[in-house]
Amino acid sequence: MQLSQRHQEYWNKNLVMTTVLMVIWVFVTFVIGYYARDVFSFNFFGWPFAFWIGAQGGLAIYVVLIGVYAWYMGKLDKEYDVAEGDE
Amino acid sequence: MATQTKSQVQAAFFQTLKKAYSFYTGGFVAFVILLAIAEQMGLPRKWIGYIFLFATVGLYAGIGILSRTADIAEYYVAGRRVPAFFNGMATGADWMSAASFIGMAGTLYLTGYFGLAFVLGWTGGYCLVALFLAPYLRKFGQFTIPDFLGARYGGHIPRFVGILAAILCSFTYVVAQIYGVGLVTTRLVDVPFEVGVFLGLGGILVCSFLGGMRAVTWTQVAQYIVLIVAYMIPVIWLSVKHTGVPIPHVVYGKVLEKVTAREAELIKDPKELEVRKIFAERSAAAKEKLKDVPKAYQADKAAATNRLADLKAQNAPSEQIKAAEGAIPASVDAAKAAYARDAGLAARSGPPLRHAEAFPGKDDQARDINRKNFLALILCLMVGTAALPHILMRYYTTPSVKEARQSVTWSLFFIFLLYFTAPALAVLAKFDVYTLLVGSEFSKLPAWVAAWQKVDATLLSITDINKDGIVQLAEIVIGGDIIVLATPEIAGLPYVISGLVAAGGLAAALSTADGLLLTIANALSHDLYYKMIDPHASTQKRVTISKVLLLVVALIAAWVASQKPADILFLVSAAFSLAAAGFFPALTLGIFWKRANKWGATLGMLAGVGITFYYMAMTQPWLRRVFGVQSSIADNTWWDINPISAGIFGIPLGFVVIIVVSLLTAAPDKETQELVDHVRYPHLRGDIDTQAT
Repeated sequence: MQLSQRHQEYWNKNLVMTTVLMVIWVFVTFVIGYYARDVFSFNFFGWPFAFWIGAQGGLAIYVVLIGVYAWYMGKLDKEYDVAEGDE
Repeated sequence: MATQTKSQVQAAFFQTLKKAYSFYTGGFVAFVILLAIAEQMGLPRKWIGYIFLFATVGLYAGIGILSRTADIAEYYVAGRRVPAFFNGMATGADWMSAASFIGMAGTLYLTGYFGLAFVLGWTGGYCLVALFLAPYLRKFGQFTIPDFLGARYGGHIPRFVGILAAILCSFTYVVAQIYGVGLVTTRLVDVPFEVGVFLGLGGILVCSFLGGMRAVTWTQVAQYIVLIVAYMIPVIWLSVKHTGVPIPHVVYGKVLEKVTAREAELIKDPKELEVRKIFAERSAAAKEKLKDVPKAYQADKAAATNRLADLKAQNAPSEQIKAAEGAIPASVDAAKAAYARDAGLAARSGPPLRHAEAFPGKDDQARDINRKNFLALILCLMVGTAALPHILMRYYTTPSVKEARQSVTWSLFFIFLLYFTAPALAVLAKFDVYTLLVGSEFSKLPAWVAAWQKVDATLLSITDINKDGIVQLAEIVIGGDIIVLATPEIAGLPYVISGLVAAGGLAAALSTADGLLLTIANALSHDLYYKMIDPHASTQKRVTISKVLLLVVALIAAWVASQKPADILFLVSAAFSLAAAGFFPALTLGIFWKRANKWGATLGMLAGVGITFYYMAMTQPWLRRVFGVQSSIADNTWWDINPISAGIFGIPLGFVVIIVVSLLTAAPDKETQELVDHVRYPHLRGDIDTQAT
């Protein structure tokens, strides 16, 4: 079938959101990981910050990232009329 | 019923499930409390072990029997009506294997910061699942991962490559799970390892054999509840003991500071230095002897024989004479093995690791290599997580695309509960060992030390190397698996908690094994037999074939596991790199790039797996022996990457090959392009329907 302008817009918004979330993901995982010894080694309630991110903070951020994506896409589905119906 | 909408039916189903599992959780807690009371009243430990084993396995079997089915959609995808929340729990249990439950905290204990690569890798991968795969695969809505490859890229070749890759990574993984089942069963009730393997196998089979995905799903939810309760109780107890706060995650930072301070003391402690020096000397002497083994053997034999004669002449006590007799090397080979073992003591002559230090190393170059491998391992584990078929398959079982997305959130949430507890457990256990065990007297060692030393000396062994009667840290050899298994005893908890922890480990291994066996059997019965060999097979026949194959695969896996294959842990980690390089590029490009075609995908998958496997074969000691590789490891490593992270080469190569080959060959036909549009939108008016029923 032929996709409309609106459909294309939906997909583009999805790609933008995916990219934004992936940038955060890369930062939390690889940027903080790379600079764990120097920039991110300050004390954070007893933990070195990078250690805390690796053991707890990072995981919590991942959960939030996926939660935000699920919520945002659910909203987008309705807005662009591509949500699954209730048959 | 007919007047109700799908969502009303689904909501009612959710309420029923919620009630059933709340009731179940309450029942399980009551069961543990009753057992605890019975223990206080004198129920023997052996009985507690048996009751835990048979009660939990019996329970899983009961769910399996209740959920038996011969309906094809029920058998392959649990009827596609598993609510997001419960699919999350089931995925959690499916995902967390014996390695996560038993091994994770131990790895963190032994490797400190580096171990966080597993914590990050095995959770962050779900971001990739959520953003790149789960919703699209759910929209596609068939039964297996090779199904998608077959439909998207057309023809049997991509599907067949997919089947091979799915079986390759799932089989190595399932062998490790069955091995874990055998291990836990052996601990729980006193039976030989092989019997333990087959006992556990019975528990796995009643579920997946009778009810396929449907039975596996509902059992996995039950198993998740058991394993999370079992994991939390000892950690919370330890936390209360050390900090007075029952939420270890909030407060163990302070304990980590104390551990760090204690490490600094132990690194300089003169007694510790003395022990480490003894190891260094022994190792140096053994290396010297290894240069000329026959000569050293003759000299040692003569010296030991003389000593024996002296002792006999002095009328020394019989145990001394016995020890001296044992000290005479039996043969040149035995002597050589002993020298090699002693030479390895060099590993124990170094200072203890600083738990919180990122990328330790003797100089900048060593630290840099450490960092490179840390980041590479995270990437491989993450991408591998997003490519393991038994996990991706679970997202076919939700009622809708929307619930598939929510379901990934719930999955990671339930996994997160265990994974962010493991680092806390490692630090708390380390604090106990560093402060209570180190510095205590050998004559007053706690009972659990002797008990575990007897079970397996590689798990725990403490020997007075410098003969001062005091335990030094360097005198303790600790195996990773003991951290979780022995925590209840270290914390002084009743035995019933030890039984609970073992039951949790069993639940973790059984649930993962179930999911994996199903994946392999489905790849063979659905993809290979039905889609490629006999497309006219009746549904009845397909389910029957799947069940028979499941049984055969399970028996082969159990047989391999009972042989106790070497380097099983390496095989599991290798599965991640292989899955990452094999599946991830083909799956994601299939969804996000319409131009990707059959030849690109086929060659990309082969190239990705090929280079990953080649790198492992050239650099991993065990595989090098298998393939008879002669050239030195140093010549074969690329950028100092460890073999476990070989996927770091395979993933990009997979992408590049798919892109280049696709651009060089014809674009996929219009139908395929429409399929891509179809999976990208949860609902399109007047669209095709790819859902299999």
